[in-house]
Amino acid sequence: MEHPTTQPSQHSRRTFLFKLALLANGAVGAVLAVPILGYILGPVFKRGRSYEYWIPLGFLHQFPEGETRLAHFHNPDGSPADGQTRTLPCWVRHIKQNQFQVFAINCAHMGCPVHWFPQSKLFMCPCHGGVYYQDGARAAGPPPRGLFEYKYKIVGDRLMIRAGQLPTLATHASIAAPGSSPCQG
Amino acid sequence: MSGLKQKGIAIYRWLDSRLGLAGPVIEAAEHPIPKSSASWWYVFGSAATVILMMQIVTGVLLALVYTPTARDAWNSLNFLNHGLTLGWFLRALHGWGSDFMVAIVLIHMTQVFMFGAYKFPRELTWILGVFLLLMTFGMAFTGQVLRFDQDAYWGIGIGASIMARVPFVGSKLVHLLLGGPIIGATTVSRFFALHVFVIPGILLAFVGLHVWMVLRLGINEWPMPGRLVRRSTYIQEYEAEIHKDGVPFVPDAGWTDAMFAAAIILAIMACAALFGPIGPTGPPDPTIIQTVPKPDVPFLWIYALLALLPPKLETPILLIVPVVVICVMLALPFFAGEGEKHWSRRPIAVLMVLVIAVSLGTLTVVSLNPPWSPEMTAWSADPVQPRFLRGRTPLERQGAIVFQEKQCRNCHALAGLGGKRGPDLASVATRLTEDELVRQVLQGGGNMPAYGSALSPAQTTALVAFLGTLNGNERPARDPSLELTHSNAAQKQQKF
Repeated sequence: MEHPTTQPSQHSRRTFLFKLALLANGAVGAVLAVPILGYILGPVFKRGRSYEYWIPLGFLHQFPEGETRLAHFHNPDGSPADGQTRTLPCWVRHIKQNQFQVFAINCAHMGCPVHWFPQSKLFMCPCHGGVYYQDGARAAGPPPRGLFEYKYKIVGDRLMIRAGQLPTLATHASIAAPGSSPCQG
Repeated sequence: MSGLKQKGIAIYRWLDSRLGLAGPVIEAAEHPIPKSSASWWYVFGSAATVILMMQIVTGVLLALVYTPTARDAWNSLNFLNHGLTLGWFLRALHGWGSDFMVAIVLIHMTQVFMFGAYKFPRELTWILGVFLLLMTFGMAFTGQVLRFDQDAYWGIGIGASIMARVPFVGSKLVHLLLGGPIIGATTVSRFFALHVFVIPGILLAFVGLHVWMVLRLGINEWPMPGRLVRRSTYIQEYEAEIHKDGVPFVPDAGWTDAMFAAAIILAIMACAALFGPIGPTGPPDPTIIQTVPKPDVPFLWIYALLALLPPKLETPILLIVPVVVICVMLALPFFAGEGEKHWSRRPIAVLMVLVIAVSLGTLTVVSLNPPWSPEMTAWSADPVQPRFLRGRTPLERQGAIVFQEKQCRNCHALAGLGGKRGPDLASVATRLTEDELVRQVLQGGGNMPAYGSALSPAQTTALVAFLGTLNGNERPARDPSLELTHSNAAQKQQKF
């Protein structure tokens, strides 16, 4: 049986057209990949800082001087389906007058929630045993640094913090280091 | 009856004249295998495939009800557990199926490694197997996140914290993992997409190729000491063996696979019925910080490593070792593709399996009751036992109160009761003198925080007085130089 593509003229023409079709598909695929990759990598292209906002944390009288209290704030970025994950806790230490420290709840080691113990003036982490002093400096355990600290400002009688992304070793760029030195203690 | 049978045969013929699958399927089922391979040692791969089928069926059934949003996932899990007929059992089957899957895949891989089955010409089968192992862990992790409870919430935080340690692109990876700046709805939905579409799609394709290659290249023969694999001769030797001494897979070997698969599914059903569904624990509300997050069993060893690695080595080990291990596993059939298959002639292979199994096993067992986590409620929940208070002075008893109130108990047990982070203090006075106790309490050290700023001088005195009584029936630690200077001072006083 004679194979249809054995005729040289048809062979070259059909082969060329087939290759052209492949090329066309390749080109369309490459163009299609741009929006797809843009969609998937959306969170990557967004600058970390652009997630951050000044967020009201509460009235000053909620944080008595000399004490460290748990406070909550609503993360501004998010979707309606976030539910309770959008309300985040943090620790507010009112040192004196207008001096505060606002610590992230997340341990600098692996992000577990640290607890404040006013009696021993320590933050303890339930996961791997990280411990921090009252100024957030690392006291013991595996954390590589002190607690992450949010920038704060006082507007009228309200305390505001600069927050908006999960604090980790890489995403704390605009989060101040605690105390004078993160290695203190 | 015979009419019914004939009708059945007619339908079968009608279907097969169109599908044409009966011939190839029967041929594949009856393909010859070495007689030595018709063994109970060769049942794990097929068992993993059968569990995969069960996971797909139960997974689809759960997806009928499960709501993949941060707001509703936890409620839908509870609805499955309590509001639907047998919803709890389906969740239990899927959860226990996952644990069994990880175990069987690990056993399968160990068996394949010990029997030298990764050698020529089955290199690619092994490489796909490595990816299947990684995807099995991927399914276990994404599944744990979809059980969106407290453990899952903080577990993703741990995943993000590990990602954050990657140099230069750490923050990008964190945002990619979470699908945004925080753990929320986009996080849950992307883990849902990974768990039900992306990973299972690749997984099924790879399982198909893996099984196809097992059929095409033939099942590994039972290894014999001294029978070496050579690229030039292996295929002829294998063909000759199955020609001379081969048996059809079905029924000669297939019955062990089928029997084992049935036993495993029965075991999963038994665990599901007896132990019930896994979680969910508390709601994924980050403001509830009274929680001790813990990963699922397949990841407990990582949880242990994160606590036990020296802090300075943690990041390099976390980032480099997994890459090296995966590369070595992928490269294994290329640098050990020939030679001896039998374990008795491969001492390093045996040693490696033993060391890895014992390490992972130990880390997992230790993690079940982790000594490195402080017990956050011990200071208020575990009282000082009465025997440590009997016959003590008021000052010493006051010290016991300080000991409780300052959360010492969270890390230090007294006769086994309390945290295990630091040493048990029931006999601390036999190890430290009074001066050493004062120094340790005030300045800390040796992984203990300094309590200098949290204790008044009176509290320190009382605490050290109490700790000084904790010597059991042994002699308390003493400082001879101190006694000498005290006695000198006393003599001087006598002189004056």
